[in-house]
Amino acid sequence: MNLAYYPGCALHGSSNDYEQSLRACLETLDVQLKEIDDWICCGATAAHSLNQKLAVALPARNLALAEGKGFREMLAPCPMCSMQLLKARKALAEDEALRRSVSEIVELEVRGDTQVLNLIQLFETIGLDRLKAAVKAPLGSICAACYYGCLLTRPASVVEFDDCEQPRSMEKILEALGGKTVDWNYRTECCGAGMTMANEQTVLDLSHKILSNAAAHGANCLVVACPMCHVNLDMKQVNIERRYGVRHAMPIYYLSDVVGLALGFKPEALGINRHFVGKA
Amino acid sequence: MSRIGVFICWCGENIARTVDVEEATKQVAQFPGVRCALNYKYMCADPGQTLVRDKIASERLDAVVVASCSPHMHLRTFRNAAALAGLNPYRVEMANIREQCSWVHPDRTQATAKAVQLIRLSVEKARRDHELQPIRVPVTRRALVIGGGVAGIQAALDIANSGYQVVMVEREPSIGGKMAGLSETFPTLDCSQCILTPRMVEVGQHPNIRLYSYSEVEAVSGYVGNFNVTIRQKARYVDISKCTGCGECWNVCPLKRNRSEFDYGLGFRPAIYVPFPQAVPARPVIDPKTCAKLIRNGCGLCIKKCKAEAINFKDQDKLVEEKVGAVVIATGYKLYNIGKTQDRPGLEGYGEYGYGKYKDVIDSLQFERLMSASGPTLGELKRPSDGALPKSVVFISCVGSRDNAKGLAYCSKICCMYTAKHAMLYKHKVHDGQAHVFYMDIRAGGKGYEEFVRRAIEQDGAQYYRGRVSKITEENGKLIVRGADTLAGEPVTIEADMVVLAAAMRPAEGVEQLAQKLNVGYDEYGFLLESHPKLRPVETSAAGVYICGACQAPKDIPESVAQASAAASKVLITFSASELTREPEIARINEETCAACFTCLHACPYHAIEQAEIRTPRGVFVKRTARVNPGLCMGCGTCVAVCPSKSADLEGFTEQQIYSMVESLV
Amino acid sequence: MAAGMDTPPSRLIRLLQLGHAKRALQAQAIWQCVSCQTCATRCPKSVDCAGVMDALRQLSAERGVTTPKQQRTVLFQKAFLRNIRRNGRLNELELIAEFKFSTFLHGRSLSFLFKDATLAPELLKRKKFHLVGEKAHDRAVVGRIFARCMDNSLL
Repeated sequence: MNLAYYPGCALHGSSNDYEQSLRACLETLDVQLKEIDDWICCGATAAHSLNQKLAVALPARNLALAEGKGFREMLAPCPMCSMQLLKARKALAEDEALRRSVSEIVELEVRGDTQVLNLIQLFETIGLDRLKAAVKAPLGSICAACYYGCLLTRPASVVEFDDCEQPRSMEKILEALGGKTVDWNYRTECCGAGMTMANEQTVLDLSHKILSNAAAHGANCLVVACPMCHVNLDMKQVNIERRYGVRHAMPIYYLSDVVGLALGFKPEALGINRHFVGKA
Repeated sequence: MSRIGVFICWCGENIARTVDVEEATKQVAQFPGVRCALNYKYMCADPGQTLVRDKIASERLDAVVVASCSPHMHLRTFRNAAALAGLNPYRVEMANIREQCSWVHPDRTQATAKAVQLIRLSVEKARRDHELQPIRVPVTRRALVIGGGVAGIQAALDIANSGYQVVMVEREPSIGGKMAGLSETFPTLDCSQCILTPRMVEVGQHPNIRLYSYSEVEAVSGYVGNFNVTIRQKARYVDISKCTGCGECWNVCPLKRNRSEFDYGLGFRPAIYVPFPQAVPARPVIDPKTCAKLIRNGCGLCIKKCKAEAINFKDQDKLVEEKVGAVVIATGYKLYNIGKTQDRPGLEGYGEYGYGKYKDVIDSLQFERLMSASGPTLGELKRPSDGALPKSVVFISCVGSRDNAKGLAYCSKICCMYTAKHAMLYKHKVHDGQAHVFYMDIRAGGKGYEEFVRRAIEQDGAQYYRGRVSKITEENGKLIVRGADTLAGEPVTIEADMVVLAAAMRPAEGVEQLAQKLNVGYDEYGFLLESHPKLRPVETSAAGVYICGACQAPKDIPESVAQASAAASKVLITFSASELTREPEIARINEETCAACFTCLHACPYHAIEQAEIRTPRGVFVKRTARVNPGLCMGCGTCVAVCPSKSADLEGFTEQQIYSMVESLV
Repeated sequence: MAAGMDTPPSRLIRLLQLGHAKRALQAQAIWQCVSCQTCATRCPKSVDCAGVMDALRQLSAERGVTTPKQQRTVLFQKAFLRNIRRNGRLNELELIAEFKFSTFLHGRSLSFLFKDATLAPELLKRKKFHLVGEKAHDRAVVGRIFARCMDNSLL
């Protein structure tokens, strides 16, 4: 399988452990990723909070770069990026005048031909049966709370992925890998998103609720598919523990981490040793 | 040569302000065939009509043109006037120089010229009008009532008590509908079954009512006064004429754990069962999906026990024919499905409420069963998950109603009232319990309704929050309900033992297919269409077919009963004479020139054209022809348009008339 | 988030319906919002509440009516955009430095300035700390895109 790869700023920045683990498992699964040449930031929260046109233009340029090289599909592992790309793609598809004006702004013809996939969708495309067949070390000891966060399933009319109230796509993958999952109540509640720097209190409050509920329902780890969520739940876990006087000690795995472990990789090869919270 | 009288109306100022009626009269008087032309201020009033009648007599007019308002208003008036003066009423034409002229054009000269042209057209038409006689259709004075809920029961009793026979078809094993499953009804808090079952028994025993229970309408043909109905009696596997209702069979049935439909899945019933003790008919039915004998020829305990030898495992569906003259549709409602499975695009269910996932999140009809003395918990309020008594119950309004995103745009009308009722009944059963109601608005417009809701709040301590619920989750056996109160401007979180969702009211399953069988229209939600929302709420576009109750729109019991009696009165009007008269402006086929291609038969939207054979008096076959059924034809003219041999024509609007009208303008 | 907001979203929308745009634009709530999209998902009238919040943020920044209490969030978003305008991609170290500096200028809070300083060695240890950040090759086009979309003096 050959697809374009849009890492986004986080995966080349402080969440490069996510890129490490996903590159490792995807290569084993015979998926060739071609990083989009000279991609730019999708704009994230800042763009849609400050300027509507920019919020469409920045992702649109990346869509044009991918389709310019003839890619039918692109992987965007960060849900903020994938959601912004999908939103731009939809807006341009519905408004021809907008599409033309944005094409002028970004100096490239944007047709919106390339499909945008998140990491879960990519695993689904590879196929649960293939994943199952490739498992070398079933995830026996993992009892995961799968955490989706906000932007993987919302807004439903834009991302059109899974059920936005009771999603099951990650759980299905974990079960195919031999792992156990728990039914818990904070699967799609926000972790605080991009407020980490500007409003840490919000992040600590929201993420604390998530970690507490996962533990209350018997999970021994969380599995996420978003670098922002990972930072808020993993890097900030010690701050949460300090603020609330609790000990969560809850490791946070990327989806590609658990896939990689099941495929037989050592934790170091997947960058798991670079997380802040280790196994208890 | 014709002797046509033209009467131009001023309509007060409505026409005369824009059309120069004097000038028009002068011009019109010049038309060939016009014997007299005059104008008057109010043609529809008594003096105006007298004028018409007098002129018919004095000038020996053979046709009349009234130039005034739309024929919708007064065509009948002027036809009656002509008839009184001895002129065939179908030689009266109207030129609409109000809605189609004076009301839409500002320029006096242009409007006057147009009015003259419109009158010219009507004169040409009137010149070629035939003398027509109304069509008389015999009436079978028996009625069909589809649906045995409270509306169907009321309609059937009204018609039966007037002396006419009624055939009632009910799809469930017993009549009673949704009302039979309710606990108590607002605003009187009468026990629902106590007020309904006497009526049910009356229907079951009425000499004029033939009840087909556990049956459905398979096909309908014919027309008003003359319907042929095919009814499918589903196989009960129990002969209700032999069965005594003793109950030995359902007591001995070993398969006791089937989810009860009557209890909306909260209770159980055996494979051979009576849906509820007060059923009419009080005879059991066997569920072919679960009965061991029917599936794999096992068991058979019931037939051993049955002293009346009423059980027959070889039973089959039976088709029965009935002839009736009028039909009343009273098929009732079902609730919006709150779970994921939906039967219509655009509906999505409320995943955030956990209905189907959490046992203690139930809908309003399920709550009625829990509260009902004859319900699955015998009237003790035990929550479904663990049978515990709920001390805190949350009631959520507008689940699926007033929801453009996932549900239905309309308001279901009854939920505000029954939610208040639920809160009150809950408090009456659990004195130290707390009811929490999340509402958007409170709609309590009926008699005593507002006071009823205030009682729930002021006397029975129900806490009302103005806002929606965002999400329901379960922690440690408690349901965490997160909502808002917009009046206080803050979020509200309740830890509840049970949640009751007021789901939207939708028309019953399969109503659209039934409507198609009867040529009745329905809207985008499936609610059956009335002829006119204000003035004709129980009639439909199909003559002889009437509707009442929740199948037409969401409504409560008093309104359903009132509408049912209204529909019954329409049926009685239809039955008031042994013959019905129909307007004769329908299609006619020239059987000599008809080539029997039957294009018209396939094009007719009312299925009003039949294949017929022409034979000599000795019975020798001459030719085939298409023939219009005068009882069904609505005069739409589609057959006239498609007929390749020009054999089809419309009485009262012939092709010759149309050609000459067009020519007169050129 | 509504529990901590001065003006919950339903009230914000009501203010807009009544024409009190100014009060809505000055609400704390619009910068407390985390854009989780739950509001738009729940709305039975399909009102894109998250989109309304975006619009309120954009308008309040454009009109310069943001209040001091909101400054940290506003400064962060602006610093983020300046960063990507400059580099084409986000340079985290530059962002943190610029953000901390500009908030210090605004609020003179030393504790905020040095908060999370201990994270730096932790990130370095884990090779998540990049002294020299990634830049897009064709950065000029990003600058032009910005210029075509917005009045750059806003940043």
